[in-house]
Amino acid sequence: MTTSIDQFRWTRKHLLSLEELSAEEIRFILDTADSFKEVSTRSIKKVPALRGRVVVNAFWEDSTRTRTSFSLAAQRLSADLIDFSERGSSVSKGETLIDTARNIEAMGIDILVVRHPAAGAAEVLSRVVKCSVVNAGDGAHEHPTQGLLDLYTIRERFGRIEGLKVAIVGDIVNSRVARSDLWGLKKLGAEVILVGPPTLLPRSFEAMGARVVHNFDEVIGQVDVINMLRVQFERIKSSQFPSVREFTHLFGLTWDRFQRCKKDVFVMHPGPMNRGLEIQSDIADGPQSGILTQVTNGLAVRMAVLYLVRQAGDLPHKTSSPRR
Amino acid sequence: MRTQYDKSDVQRLIATLGHVIAGAFDPDKPLNIVGIRTRGEVLARRLAEILRGRGFRDIGRGVLDITLYRDDLSEIGPRPLVRPTQLDIEIDGRPLLLVDDVLFTGRSVRAAMDALSDFGRPSVIRLAVLVDRGGRELPIQADFVGLRLKDVPDDHRVNVRFAETDGRDEILVEPR
Repeated sequence: MTTSIDQFRWTRKHLLSLEELSAEEIRFILDTADSFKEVSTRSIKKVPALRGRVVVNAFWEDSTRTRTSFSLAAQRLSADLIDFSERGSSVSKGETLIDTARNIEAMGIDILVVRHPAAGAAEVLSRVVKCSVVNAGDGAHEHPTQGLLDLYTIRERFGRIEGLKVAIVGDIVNSRVARSDLWGLKKLGAEVILVGPPTLLPRSFEAMGARVVHNFDEVIGQVDVINMLRVQFERIKSSQFPSVREFTHLFGLTWDRFQRCKKDVFVMHPGPMNRGLEIQSDIADGPQSGILTQVTNGLAVRMAVLYLVRQAGDLPHKTSSPRR
Repeated sequence: MRTQYDKSDVQRLIATLGHVIAGAFDPDKPLNIVGIRTRGEVLARRLAEILRGRGFRDIGRGVLDITLYRDDLSEIGPRPLVRPTQLDIEIDGRPLLLVDDVLFTGRSVRAAMDALSDFGRPSVIRLAVLVDRGGRELPIQADFVGLRLKDVPDDHRVNVRFAETDGRDEILVEPR
């Protein structure tokens, strides 16, 4: 129990990116998630922290894991939940993002969880609505809760993040997960090595504090964590990506490459996986894979985030101690 | 009104409290002692020690963090870190002694009982506090009280400090 974490107070009403958070804020979310993980071990897996509050999942892009995880997180906090998606809504009638959000908000909601194909969408909404906004992925910009659950999972595995060498491999340029992971890992003191072909990994990432490498085999034996990204065929232009076989040969986590890793290397993937493409199936399902642990931890991290942004949204402009 | 109680006062109050509690339960039967974070946890630990010295053989210990169960979340400003609740004990059908440092409005105790009911169904729940300062907002009373303070002004706090968490044992009545 350190003094600093005891005295720290969370005051952000929105969670838009990891870039904007301090190391202390990130640690506070991870520590809060620790407590929420305990809730999921109870026979009654529910606490009344958000009772009477309304959470809206507004997804302008497909998602299974993230949407389900946010839904369950909201329900475990006793919030009411509305699922809104692009299909079958007024969005298909041409309503703008802001109009849709304002209309949803007019129904009296407390937290808007947003996924949108445009970078910056969550940030724009946070400026026009009064409720809390949580970014669940905006274009290729950030996916902060994925970044947080990756940090949580790494910290749980190694007991620390500082000093670890983490490789993020594959389609970096299209990946919001890579950006959130990069910001979070750098802030908490890890060394980040980005690995991918020049077409999917421009040198500009060096400006964000990462080492950029185009030859996976050059670093394979040095890293503690390998985070294999999904090849996002829906976002890739054909000129960036010559052939699946070549990609697997150069950048896939194959059995041959896995043999050359550190003995205790930890393998991660944000899902959904292209089995046999960026990652070999038996590695993904093996004992050094944290892939399902990531999903489990995502729930605790999202509970922590919903709880924290909501209590900050409630803040009156005074600070007094609780009366017993 | 006396506003300061030092180390020897606090230790004497806890010893007396432990003595009274020991007389109210059967030492040959299981008893769970659950403290409310943070200082209720310390007091629970000390009371359990006294009861063991009095021949209680089957004491289960647990810690409740009640932050998520409070009903005044919007009134208290930014909150401290939520910490895990630790109740790896058999709760159903056994007596449970709930322990906190100060009893004031009763809202913490209500929150603690809500939390407990998510874990199981004790045969009875009794409440022990080091200080009862009055000012209840709910129909909740303690079964065991170390020190009753009357007429504490509403704008004052009763601060209990323990060596384990604060470096020294003391009770202070201070302006907020």
